[in-house]
Amino acid sequence: MATTLARADYRTRLQTILPKLVLSPSLALILLFVYGFILFTIYLSFTDSRMLPSFGWVGFENYDKLFRLRHWSVAVSNLAIFSTLYISICIVIGLALAIFLDQKIRGEGVLRPIYLYPMALSFIVTGTAWKWLLDPGIGLENTMHLWGWDSFTFNWIKDRNNAIYTIVLAAVWQTSGFVMAMFLAGLRGIDNEMLKAAQIDGASNFQLYRRIIIPQLRPAFLSAFVILAHLSIKSYDLIIALTGGGPGRATEVPATFMYSYTFTRNQMGIGASSAVIMLMTIAAIMIPYLYAELREKD
Amino acid sequence: MAVASVETSIRTGSMTRVFLYLVLILFSLFYLLPFVVMVLNSLKPLSEITGGNMMALPEVWTVEPWISAWATAQIGIEPTGLSPYFWNSIKMVVPAVAISTMLGALNGYVLTKWRFRGDTIFFGLMLFACFIPFQIVLIPMARVLGLTGLAGSTPGLVLVHVVYGLGFTTLYFRNYYMAFPTELVRAAQIDGAGFFNIFWRILLPSSGPIIVVSVIWQFTNIWNDFLFGASFADLDSQPMTVALNNLVSSSTGVKEYNVHFAGAIIAALPTLVVYIVAGRYFVRGLMAGSVKG
Repeated sequence: MATTLARADYRTRLQTILPKLVLSPSLALILLFVYGFILFTIYLSFTDSRMLPSFGWVGFENYDKLFRLRHWSVAVSNLAIFSTLYISICIVIGLALAIFLDQKIRGEGVLRPIYLYPMALSFIVTGTAWKWLLDPGIGLENTMHLWGWDSFTFNWIKDRNNAIYTIVLAAVWQTSGFVMAMFLAGLRGIDNEMLKAAQIDGASNFQLYRRIIIPQLRPAFLSAFVILAHLSIKSYDLIIALTGGGPGRATEVPATFMYSYTFTRNQMGIGASSAVIMLMTIAAIMIPYLYAELREKD
Repeated sequence: MAVASVETSIRTGSMTRVFLYLVLILFSLFYLLPFVVMVLNSLKPLSEITGGNMMALPEVWTVEPWISAWATAQIGIEPTGLSPYFWNSIKMVVPAVAISTMLGALNGYVLTKWRFRGDTIFFGLMLFACFIPFQIVLIPMARVLGLTGLAGSTPGLVLVHVVYGLGFTTLYFRNYYMAFPTELVRAAQIDGAGFFNIFWRILLPSSGPIIVVSVIWQFTNIWNDFLFGASFADLDSQPMTVALNNLVSSSTGVKEYNVHFAGAIIAALPTLVVYIVAGRYFVRGLMAGSVKG
């Protein structure tokens, strides 16, 4: 190797450097804007930054304050409710629709894009649509009253105890079709020979799905879970558009908390520490997953 | 039909089939309802919404709300409608998509055909960057954009979207080029073709499907972004999503629901059109990448 390199002329030497040269702008961007920024935010979370970054070291004071804030614990428990329901409902609906669509359904070509199109919309658009649809004054509740069902009430979006479920509803509407597509791709990859053998042995459809098909969808379950979990932790736009975090703080989540503490309440140190907690939560889910994926492929 | 689809050999009875169709149709109504409501109510005068039934067809059909949303509605303090923000979005999306796709293609090429020690670590770093919560970079990003004079400008937003889109575009191209026969590259090398020559003449011509995937993905994500737009843009560079949110949540005056709906559809139109025209290529291209990779 060394001797060939020594003998290589200018052109071939350029050819060996070129690939790394081409990669270097991207590497520089990622190292600075992702990892450098992460380190900077972690550092800020240990400082007394208020409106602007400042560098007075305060140790764990921000974290200490953060975990004592009622506002933060509301945000965390809202996120827990939201992500649990969002992930499980999306997976149930997605799997059911995928299994149903897989039964040689006529019109699959029409139904599939209908299930999928919400994914193309911005969360701001989804939020606007559902905000007025769920508004008791002009939306569903009003319609039901006009249709003669006077006792119908559906005012969750204005109700502190139930507003978080309207976020779940709109988020499920937006992404469950995408989860369906992931499961459908998994179903289409299953080998039919094994199914036929089991059918000859007299297995019912329910048994086929429970014992053979669903266990084989493990990778699809895993990717659906990882994608939904990370989407739910990041979700910000939908909440801003649908409820603005309200009524009161009823739909505040860590993403909205971070933004308001950092940019409107001038508590940058606390805002930074909340961002660090968010990153750590996502990392706990993503790193094992990515590690396993990369090892498998190499 | 998906290309590689193998139909199941599960058999179902006719009662079950009725049930299946019923559920499938109910769900399609659930997915369609919000959009249908938006379209219907964007074509009604306001009085029919506030005093009438949201699910009913318009009694008087009007395109007034659309004109208002596009050209005259009050956004923030200016009665400009959404049109200037629409162009802001276009000016931001086009270069950001082009640059991130180009860099992604080159990265994918190097990572699969010019492998070096530590390339997996590099790829892992890029991949993790796809999934970070952007809240972790907001503060330093605001600072850097401020220091470089890019704050509040379209080039600033382009930079932000290129950086945080790179992970995904690199991922797509890497997975796709993994399946591309390395022997062809080696053969061309022996014939004396250089680094860029090989990329340009051998890999790029067969990259159509994955370019489509990357462009659709980046276009939808960047067009739909709200967080970066809300954090780093000012009036001259605010994208569509931020303007729409300002329109809908402005607290002054009468709530013009019909204008809000028209505005929401205008904001959704570009991504919807891309989805309708090229959606099937997206799924196909993704499959081509993942099945072989």
